Amino acid sequence: MIDFIQSLGHKGLEFFQRLGRGHILIFDVLKGLPALFIRPSLIIQQVFSVGVLSLIIIIVSGFFVGMVMGLQGYNTLVDFGAEESLGVMVALSLVRELGPVVTALLFAGRAGSALTAEIGLMKATEQLSAMEMMAVDPVHRVLSPRFLAGFISMPLLAAMFSAVGVLGGFFVGVGLLGVDDGAYWSQMQASVDFYDDIYNGVIKSLVFGFVVTWIAVFEGYDAIPTSEGVSRATTRTVVHSSLAVLGLDFILTALMFN
Amino acid sequence: MKKNNTLVKVRNLKFARNSRMIFDGVDLDIQRGKITVIMGPSGTGKTTLLRLIGRQIKPLEGTIEVDGEEVTTLGHRQLYELRKRMGMLFQNGALLTDLSVFENIAYPLREHTNLSEELIRTLVLMKLEAVGLRGARDLMPAELSGGMSRRVALARAIALDPMMIMYDEPFTGQDPISMGVLVRLIRNLNDALGLTSVVVSHDIEEATSIADYIYLLSGGKVVAGGTAEDLANSDSEWAQQFMKGLPDGPVPFHYPSEPYASDLNIG
Repeated sequence: MIDFIQSLGHKGLEFFQRLGRGHILIFDVLKGLPALFIRPSLIIQQVFSVGVLSLIIIIVSGFFVGMVMGLQGYNTLVDFGAEESLGVMVALSLVRELGPVVTALLFAGRAGSALTAEIGLMKATEQLSAMEMMAVDPVHRVLSPRFLAGFISMPLLAAMFSAVGVLGGFFVGVGLLGVDDGAYWSQMQASVDFYDDIYNGVIKSLVFGFVVTWIAVFEGYDAIPTSEGVSRATTRTVVHSSLAVLGLDFILTALMFN
Repeated sequence: MKKNNTLVKVRNLKFARNSRMIFDGVDLDIQRGKITVIMGPSGTGKTTLLRLIGRQIKPLEGTIEVDGEEVTTLGHRQLYELRKRMGMLFQNGALLTDLSVFENIAYPLREHTNLSEELIRTLVLMKLEAVGLRGARDLMPAELSGGMSRRVALARAIALDPMMIMYDEPFTGQDPISMGVLVRLIRNLNDALGLTSVVVSHDIEEATSIADYIYLLSGGKVVAGGTAEDLANSDSEWAQQFMKGLPDGPVPFHYPSEPYASDLNIG
């Protein structure tokens, strides 16, 4: 019994210690951001590896999600004779929910895990220590640009996802199932509000980008420097950031749409 | 400018990891311009000592003075300024794997100076020439042998012309030729560039051949210090065991355990 309480206490303490280290790290990472504007090449390089290289999975997934939405939406709407509203349905679900959320989940799996593994391996092979001894702060030099790149890339990827998804819905709805072309676009145009839908979707994806990249760089930096430690950290990145994204999505949705 | 001959001065250093004392009152001095070798069995914290000197970790107690500055209390900025004057060679080289040999050596120059590309090129080639790898500038770290990685890392460590270099087990796992190359390089660089070198090692032959002064560490303390000759002729049982590689002595063959008989449930 005592052992159980002890281990519970130990786990609790460990959790709070990690939470504390995570917060100290994010402040340190943010402190490193201003210096990056003098060397934009560092950011561009990371935006490429974090963002551009994630494009394929985002675009392909977006297209398929859009097609499925077109199919499912049509089947439901046609019962009410409202298949003209297919465009609205596809666009709203994508811009408000699926775009930011699915992109964040894919982003955590594709870019987040890569960030954690890269930073964790740099730690395991003493590259981070070597930087410290060369008087280069690894948090500012390695973590900050990656963090900023993630934060910048996430909303852009989410926008891509939604845009391609709308095209996917168009392809199935209009192209295959015969929904009226003009109705698809004009109803979408009339119903999607810039502030309520797009703006809120962008805020969501910014928040997700912040959290996912934060978790990814922290897990990498905090990894136990062995192969097992890095593998665990990578798993934790994907699990924790996916859970964080879904949890935050609920909170944000509740706040935005009452 | 003060002309103090001691570059690194460690006093009453205490450090523990997971409630195990690694250092329990270590005192040592590292002389300017000399090669000081720190030896001791594996697990005595030799590498930890280098990390403490570079303030990658903080001691529990005690002082570490490097070039007149107390590293344990330095602020972030001053610490980084001091580190620019310290080079460190890690056991596996710790090269940045996504950069070529050339870029690895250029890295500290690009980070800390605003030199023109042409000047950086000249400097990098000079450093590479010093370690005999000018022809390997376009290789990636994965294409280098262990000995070559260490030589590249050495070139990188001297890129900013530091006042001292710390070598972490430079001879471990090297074939006789690369071992010979490294021994010669450490000596030559030390003398040619007027460096101060701290070498952590347990390869007695190589280490004693270049050492100006040797410290033997064991059980968290300095157990002996002197030139190679002093130690070979020392009365200290400990020094004798280590220098001759005897399996049993003050460092016991057995890991601490309960008596053998009672462990086997007999007697």
